[in-house]
Amino acid sequence: MELLQTLILSFLSIVIVNNLVFSKFLGICPYLGVSGRLDMAFGMGMAVTFVVTLSGTLTWLIDNFILMPLNIEVMRYVCFILVIAGAVQLVEMYVRKFFPALYESFGIFLALITTNCAILGLCLFLNLWGVSNFLNALVLSFGAGVGFTMAICIMAGIRENLDLADVPESLKGAPITLITAGILSLAFMGFNGMIK
Amino acid sequence: MSNAKTNPLSVFLNGLGDENPVFVLLLGMCPTLAVTGDLASSLTMGLSATFVLFCSNVVVSLIRNLLKPHIRILMFTLTISTFVTIVDLILKAYLPEMSAKLGPYIPLIIVNCLIICRAEACASKQKLGIAVLDALGMGLGFTLTLSALGIVREVLSYGTVLGFAIAPEGSLSIFGFALPVGAFITLGFMLGIVNIINRRNAKE
Repeated sequence: MELLQTLILSFLSIVIVNNLVFSKFLGICPYLGVSGRLDMAFGMGMAVTFVVTLSGTLTWLIDNFILMPLNIEVMRYVCFILVIAGAVQLVEMYVRKFFPALYESFGIFLALITTNCAILGLCLFLNLWGVSNFLNALVLSFGAGVGFTMAICIMAGIRENLDLADVPESLKGAPITLITAGILSLAFMGFNGMIK
Repeated sequence: MSNAKTNPLSVFLNGLGDENPVFVLLLGMCPTLAVTGDLASSLTMGLSATFVLFCSNVVVSLIRNLLKPHIRILMFTLTISTFVTIVDLILKAYLPEMSAKLGPYIPLIIVNCLIICRAEACASKQKLGIAVLDALGMGLGFTLTLSALGIVREVLSYGTVLGFAIAPEGSLSIFGFALPVGAFITLGFMLGIVNIINRRNAKE
């Protein structure tokens, strides 16, 4: 029962309180680059969720059962990058085969999931927070993906409406998106301190 | 990026002005937003990124004839992660406090789009000399932009620069600017100002 409680709490904490986009600034490039339309944002979120779940758990296993016992933590970053690149390759092949239209509209951003800081960031946080339980690592990785999807979808919804708004000429495009993101992150700060 | 610009000076200046990584190309946003709470961490981050950019550009430029198209991104990230490990260990040894403060953002240089973009767009196509100048120009541009953000945010949130008070105690303490909100909004308005300046220049 205690385990279940921990799992639910860590899921909520990574989705809402420690949301990677709003409180840790991770994954900002796709967040600004792909959030123009809601359907694309959702597809991107799903792809990231899959990659982050897979690579988060795999890197946790590698870190805990290979690197630490052998005392070669120096190799950590290189190993993490290899795992993430492999997972992204899988997603790319899958999307190209089954959703060719989506594949076209993603363009370079799909391959760029490899360099999405949210994913490497989560792998590092799992290590930094000293997650010692496999289930907890799994839940945290999945939650990070859900949190990212939520953030990018909220942003896409706002930006679809922002197209109709009367924005000062010099703030159009990236500046107003950043300011909107700032206000959003202000809203999410309200959850601070709710869970650890 | 354009092949016409192979004059060494213009390659160097490119990173500072026309293709400033943060203001124009919008690359490397994560560290830009995350670690610019004060000037000292902005500088550390900027210089670490410059070091990694320099080393990886040199290596990529040297091995550019051996690169195969489909594994080049992997080669880039492996090269970069080697140098990032070096920077991380150096910071841990000599600046332990700063290393603890920057936390995961130093290893995250590995996935900084700026460095991969320069490896892809410049170093994998150009000779060593050009690659080195490009790395230095881009790195300097990145460091200066980060420092500008760092100064604005540090002054507004603590009233200090590099820890020295420049405003009377307590007169300037808009704490929001040290938080994520401040990062997004400061950068948003800075981009707006850059847009205004660019438009004015274009008119003349």
